[in-house]
Amino acid sequence: MKKVVVIDDEPLARSIVVEYLQQFPQLQLVQECGDGFEGMKAILQHQPDLIFLDIQMPKITGFEMLELIPNPPAVIFTTAFDEYAIKAFETHAIDYLLKPFSKERFDKAVQKWLEQSAVPPGAAASSTENLLEATALAPGQNQRIVVKNGAKIKIIPVHDVLYLEAADDYVKIHSTDGAYLKNKTMSHFEKALDGQQFARCHRSYMVNMQQIARIDPWEKDGHIAILKNGAKVPVSKTGYIRLRQVLGL
Amino acid sequence: MSSIPFSERRFVFVFSAWWLLWSAMQVWILYKLEFSWQTAAIDSLLSNFLLSASCVLISNNLKYYLPQRQRYWYLLALCVLTAGAWLLAIRYAIPYVMPGNDPGYLSFFTRSLPVRFGIAFLAICCMAMISVLWYGFEDQKITARRKSEAEQLTKDAELYKLRQQLQPHFLFNSLNSINALIGTRPQEARSMVQQLSEFLRGTLKREEQQWMPLEEELQYLRLYLDIERVRFGNRLSVEFDTPENTMALRIPAMILQPLVENAIKFGLYDTTGDTSISIRTALQNQVLEITVQNPYDPETAQPRRGTGFGLHSIERRLYLLFARKDLLRTSASLNIFTTQIIIPQPELLPEPAKKISA
Repeated sequence: MKKVVVIDDEPLARSIVVEYLQQFPQLQLVQECGDGFEGMKAILQHQPDLIFLDIQMPKITGFEMLELIPNPPAVIFTTAFDEYAIKAFETHAIDYLLKPFSKERFDKAVQKWLEQSAVPPGAAASSTENLLEATALAPGQNQRIVVKNGAKIKIIPVHDVLYLEAADDYVKIHSTDGAYLKNKTMSHFEKALDGQQFARCHRSYMVNMQQIARIDPWEKDGHIAILKNGAKVPVSKTGYIRLRQVLGL
Repeated sequence: MSSIPFSERRFVFVFSAWWLLWSAMQVWILYKLEFSWQTAAIDSLLSNFLLSASCVLISNNLKYYLPQRQRYWYLLALCVLTAGAWLLAIRYAIPYVMPGNDPGYLSFFTRSLPVRFGIAFLAICCMAMISVLWYGFEDQKITARRKSEAEQLTKDAELYKLRQQLQPHFLFNSLNSINALIGTRPQEARSMVQQLSEFLRGTLKREEQQWMPLEEELQYLRLYLDIERVRFGNRLSVEFDTPENTMALRIPAMILQPLVENAIKFGLYDTTGDTSISIRTALQNQVLEITVQNPYDPETAQPRRGTGFGLHSIERRLYLLFARKDLLRTSASLNIFTTQIIIPQPELLPEPAKKISA
């Protein structure tokens, strides 16, 4: 028996997925959720094998919700037309269903997943990871960063980010109202964030250009960036060259 | 910005030609009256120079104080005043600069003052009339340009909306809801198909018309909101406060709907739990006031005033229609976002107040 969670903010949209699911006795619907927060709770609680996920939802999008879950389950997206997402789907998603979708199309998507999940375990999770990497690069996805702070979810607009600091397997996001950890790499953020706004000034640091007050020399051939709030960010030799390029000096 | 007649090359040329002709005639008449060439030339050039200066003055003056309809006595007074000032100037200037103290000329000069005043008054009146016509025409040209720009923008907004904005999402999600209803509640599916068709028909109609009665616009909105209610399972409640005396007022098409769409976007799409949106209309000081309130989440939404397609295009269209920038107001308090638009009602005003953009 495989467990399924359906996440969509429109009750009727959920009901059609639930109706179509009845044709698959091997799939058990464990919960319906009306937004990303509920969805996250349900996934952590039930550890489903498959989720049906809408993208445009209140407060946090379907993509943002997935980012907050370690080892996300396999995903079939259900969405109305969305140009940028479709590009990502084509390469990485288990499948996507464009609303309104037919019973046949739905069955095909589920069938495809059943075949895939029969083979190696963990393959689904990695393909979801790839999907998220790809969508993070799409325009419009990089205006805010969603992090989990204990049980709470925090949405940080990128213009409130001061700088990013590498910390083992995490990246520490220093923002105007505190620091948050996110389970990502520096190179992920380097790709996801706007290169004109954030520069990799050091192997372990990325700085928001708009937050820099001045750049001072520091020790021998090093520099240090002083931010508007007084924070200091190390700048390496190559990092200094990169900063000058972004500033057009 | 309207230009003055004297900034037009052709006008200056015609004006100068008349001036030369006029001055030459005056010299010739004075010479025939047995004054010396020198006296005649000084008299003519000085008085006509001052006269042309008066013409420039009155023309510039009218650029800023254009008389309103049925107030031509103001124009007349202005002409009399300018001619009087001109008379006073020549009364002292000409005897002062005239060489020799020819008593014959001086007494002729004094006796001819009433005639000179009459001629100058006519010339200045003529100039004033030309200026009034000129500025009226300029004003009309600006209004026409503004109007055609407004039409263009409606068209652009329309096209943009149909292709990009909410429509595709809204349409496909509504179809998906209908699809779900067909299986379980076919009767509701039918009524939603009706609502959706009527809504789409209304959208097509609004492509062609500029002004709509408020009542019709509100009915159109109700359709839209009803569809959203079906989609979101009655999570949305809408409160209408629309007094009877506002129903017949008119509103430009495609103004109110984007406003409500914006409210839906922040109030319904981006919040969880029950949402209440209120729409109020009022007739105040002969303008129509429409207020839309919606809840929003300050943490995720950050409704940005004047940016984003919705509000910016409304502000721009209102400016193009009424030449005012203060017709859209927004305010945010706690977690309620309020948007207010003010629609002047042209037919309620006695006469459109003339306004010259300086």
